[in-house]
Amino acid sequence: MWRNSFCCLLVFAACLLDSGCVRREPPADVTLINNAEPETLDPAILSGIPEFRIVMGNLFEGLTRLDPKTARPIPGLAQGWDISPDSCTYTFYLRTNLVWSTGEPLTADDIVWSWLRAASPATASDYAGEFFYLKNGEDFVTGKIKNPALVGVHAVDKFTVRVELTHPTPFFLDLCALPVMSVVPRQTIEKYGDRWLMAQPLPVSGPFELAYWRPNDKVRLKKNPLYWDAANTPSQLIDILPLGSPDTALNLYENGQVDIVLDRTLVPGELLDLLRKRPDFHPFNYLGTYFIRLNVTHKPFDDPRVRRALALAIDKELIVAKITRAGERPAATLVPPWTANYASPPGLGYDPALARTLLAEAGYPGGKGFPRFEYMFDAAAGGGSKIHQDIAIELQQMWRDNLGIQMDLRQVEWKVLLGSYSHLDYETARSSWIGDYNDANTFLDCFTSNNGNNRTGWKNTRYDALISEANGQTDLKKREQLFQQAETLLVHDEMPIIPIFYYAGLNYFDTNRIQGFFQNILDDHPLEYLRKANPKSKAQSSN
Amino acid sequence: MYFVRRLIFAIPLLLVISSLAFALVHLAPGGPFDRERAPASPEIERNLRAAYHLDEPVWKQYLRFFGLVWDRDADGRWHHAPASFNISYKYRSHRVSDIVGQALPVSMTLGVLAFGFAMCVGLPLGFITAARRGRWPDYAGSFLAILAVCVPGFVVGPLLILIFSIKLHWLPVALWESPAHMILPAIALGLFFSGKIARLFREGLLATVQSEFIAAARAKGLGENRLLLKHAVRIAILPVVSFSGPMLADLLTGSFVIENIFQIPGIGVFFINSALNSDYTVAVDLALLYAILLIVLNLMVDFSYTLLDPRVKYE
Amino acid sequence: MSESGNSGRAGSPLAAAKAENGAHGVTRPTYISPGRNAWQRFRRNRLAVLSAWYLAFLLLAIFAWPMVLKLSDATFAQAHNPDQLSDAQFSTPSAQHWFGTDLHGRDLFSRVLFGAQISLLVGVVGAGISLVIGVLWGAIAGYVGGRTDSILMRIVDVLYSLPTIIFVIVLITTLGEMLKQSHFVGSSPALAGVLRVTLLFVGLGAVSWLTMARIVRGQVLSLRSRAFVDASRALGAGPVRILARHIIPNIFGIVITYLALTMPAIILYESFLSYLGLGVQPPMASWGTLIAEGVGQINPIRIYWWLIAFPGGVLVTTLLALNFLGDGLRDAWDVKSK
Repeated sequence: MWRNSFCCLLVFAACLLDSGCVRREPPADVTLINNAEPETLDPAILSGIPEFRIVMGNLFEGLTRLDPKTARPIPGLAQGWDISPDSCTYTFYLRTNLVWSTGEPLTADDIVWSWLRAASPATASDYAGEFFYLKNGEDFVTGKIKNPALVGVHAVDKFTVRVELTHPTPFFLDLCALPVMSVVPRQTIEKYGDRWLMAQPLPVSGPFELAYWRPNDKVRLKKNPLYWDAANTPSQLIDILPLGSPDTALNLYENGQVDIVLDRTLVPGELLDLLRKRPDFHPFNYLGTYFIRLNVTHKPFDDPRVRRALALAIDKELIVAKITRAGERPAATLVPPWTANYASPPGLGYDPALARTLLAEAGYPGGKGFPRFEYMFDAAAGGGSKIHQDIAIELQQMWRDNLGIQMDLRQVEWKVLLGSYSHLDYETARSSWIGDYNDANTFLDCFTSNNGNNRTGWKNTRYDALISEANGQTDLKKREQLFQQAETLLVHDEMPIIPIFYYAGLNYFDTNRIQGFFQNILDDHPLEYLRKANPKSKAQSSN
Repeated sequence: MYFVRRLIFAIPLLLVISSLAFALVHLAPGGPFDRERAPASPEIERNLRAAYHLDEPVWKQYLRFFGLVWDRDADGRWHHAPASFNISYKYRSHRVSDIVGQALPVSMTLGVLAFGFAMCVGLPLGFITAARRGRWPDYAGSFLAILAVCVPGFVVGPLLILIFSIKLHWLPVALWESPAHMILPAIALGLFFSGKIARLFREGLLATVQSEFIAAARAKGLGENRLLLKHAVRIAILPVVSFSGPMLADLLTGSFVIENIFQIPGIGVFFINSALNSDYTVAVDLALLYAILLIVLNLMVDFSYTLLDPRVKYE
Repeated sequence: MSESGNSGRAGSPLAAAKAENGAHGVTRPTYISPGRNAWQRFRRNRLAVLSAWYLAFLLLAIFAWPMVLKLSDATFAQAHNPDQLSDAQFSTPSAQHWFGTDLHGRDLFSRVLFGAQISLLVGVVGAGISLVIGVLWGAIAGYVGGRTDSILMRIVDVLYSLPTIIFVIVLITTLGEMLKQSHFVGSSPALAGVLRVTLLFVGLGAVSWLTMARIVRGQVLSLRSRAFVDASRALGAGPVRILARHIIPNIFGIVITYLALTMPAIILYESFLSYLGLGVQPPMASWGTLIAEGVGQINPIRIYWWLIAFPGGVLVTTLLALNFLGDGLRDAWDVKSK
């Protein structure tokens, strides 16, 4: 037995020696928690929110970037621009002192090359749809034309880029700030292909370079001294940790091991009513909506009266007060009311009596004869947030009590849920949409008949006509009216979707220690303004 | 010779395992490229699937996994396709070998530490409960050992964190940055196994004590404790040793629960996520890794039998 | 000295009888059947008996509770309906709700008892399936021997080397999908729900039979070379008859023991799957899902202790009881140990 203990001690010693191999590296100035491991940091390919947070405005920049307080587009790589009177031609003037972090000059050709690469079908970008606004953009993305020179973006000279659009697009400057339109290093990509992000050194155009990226461990950013605005970037090293479990996130934050918690899903739902009262809790209105998706090709959801009855029977106030508890607002429309250039029309409220009448009209008085149906939602693996399940449980009871119909819950993995959307393989499902840019179109466009993001089977030519007419308008007021008519059609008359609440975002950080971190509706936090005040107090608190 | 034969037999075994694992993950619904945003055009989706050869029949993808496929490119020339076992559908910028190279040492360190803890706690506990059988140390010790086996790991972890990190501030809460960070995860992981080892060792001791050669030793006049220590332990530890093989394989390939709770960049999280996300190649790679580890460890276990128990011989 | 030499065999009934009656006694030694002998030894193990009582009580509570609910008045039944949501979120244990309520205002006591149904069912059916497959596999391999044995055990080796979690995930998700297709073809949704839970049982049992097969094979190997089997064969009994009448009853004891020890492992595995989000689907609850929900209560800010203490406590106590019971059975059946 002593021999065994001795062997154990030996093993222990060996491990402690091995643990010396744990790298001793300088601690970061600021540590943030992101909510998932990024799949890629290639700005043309990425599509998830965790990836956005790391890349957008930090690693790679575009012609514009977003103001951290208002989320409006401000000059990025371009110092200014001219817009033609018909709003269809934009001329961008680049700054003349732009260089990559490795020292090569950055010119208009780089911009054009980056855009064409992102639009190319070979790259398979999820955001290639944003290039549809360019002249010939749609044809190029769908592969109908092969010559990239036909697409409406050209380098007029070394520092000027001209862009031609198919119709006036008031949010085009917002689009230019998206990662898909940011500039990427041509030489590196041509040399290394798919794995260009692992190249050392990696040329970047934004305020931070990629020090290293260890999967499921952390992404470390270090300051890019050659960035055009490097003088205003206070932090040297920033760590971004991927985390899945809200309880671990809370523990790390309380213990002082991390500084900022970025994502709403990383805050334990049950504690929200207490956490909301703390000074380090910073809520903000988020440009996103949580809704129920209905498969209108599937009986009985092909009848708008049934869909409207389902909507009228949901007590959304109860859901946001009892379950989500972060101060969300119940939603009667798809487009959040704080969207720019837009005032929401009224949608449907909570009216169980009217719901019962509608259901009776549709042929199911008191819910009799209404088939049992399934509501699909995704599961969180490993201690993640159970909010979709909790909302589903409440919905089940509401529909049963108010309408007398039986809904069955069906929990599936995230990938399976996405697959069901694409193949229209569901009856009702939970869903959400986060706006890409600050305009109503990002939401309403999804439900046109041929848009891939529709995924409900709902096709309405009047809706399509309203949307395309609105997008041809230069008069913002007229545009707003057309959108309002379209949205009324969507969430009041036809209801292929049932909006539940508008997202409320959360950031957790101590304002005494962290500065330069602002909340805006796009939850965009350019890290370049981030600064830790009183470095001494960090050393004291994070023992 | 026997061991060489076992090693040779392991190769077809690994092939069978890899094909089974490959077939299994391809059966699961949902593909790696189902996305929240619809592709802008069907052409794009086709391109993506074609780039990763997901449109090919499964058997061909299997051959491609091992690098046994030649492709014809646009000019009509044949060139050898790189083996796809090194490509992940989810982590497109990293090679699987990079990911495993970073994550496996972490899991292994954690696993070895947990193993050490389990042995250091389980063996003495098993010994005491066997030596004092029927009296209160046996009852108390057995109760503790069985208790350790009955509490789920995802409850033990947060409890330990709450007590030792948050209330007492002795240890850090999570992450993997210094030796101090390794203590709680190792304990949380090793606790379950320490209970099992204690029970197995106790059983082994009690069984061995009845056997004839112990009777012979007793007849020689040895005292009870020395008797147990010198003679019984060598044989009694055999069940523990044979359990160690699969136990170490499990420990070394990472525990999803512990790595998730303590946010440790190990391989357990990759494993489960690859199965849940249909990341075919990574799932099969890690299944093979587990199988290889298990085979090697079982061989070592069988070899140690010959050292411990002279009655055991292999032809 | 010969006494101590016989100490290893003091437990056998014949020796006891002999010691009782003395070497010169004429009286016939009383014969106690192995079963009865085991039962007597089991009864002496207080911990095991206590565990058996606890399990019996638990089973009683599980069966009685739904009837209590049905027979009681409307308010009581509604307050204690495990699926009934209410506005009384997170209320502490009180006379109204003995174990408190959860996020949705559901009564926790009721949920724990209904969850017990699922968990114990998972354990019993899963262990039962592993029993059936494992015993048949091991018995055939051990009895037939030779090449069949080799092949069957090689298959066990291969399956042993597969990490079970992949297999379980794929099994649950794939068959779940196939089930859904058939649902659209017309079977009732209630049936689909039941089938999904059954799938879970099957999956869990299917990954647990390997050890049972190995143990059974070992036992059968040692049994088949014993004299009474030879005698049976000499009398002309076929292999099936020998298996059924001689071998299987003799491994009964060891099988029951491992059954009692496999159940806790399966129940724990189900709780792990619930942690992953793959276990029993809502609104059905098992102890695993209750604990996976309640584990979030272990945090530094505010602890609704009842949400983890009661489900966790009941789970751990039941698993302890099963383990003690299994140990007690093993000690009772194993003639060699004191």
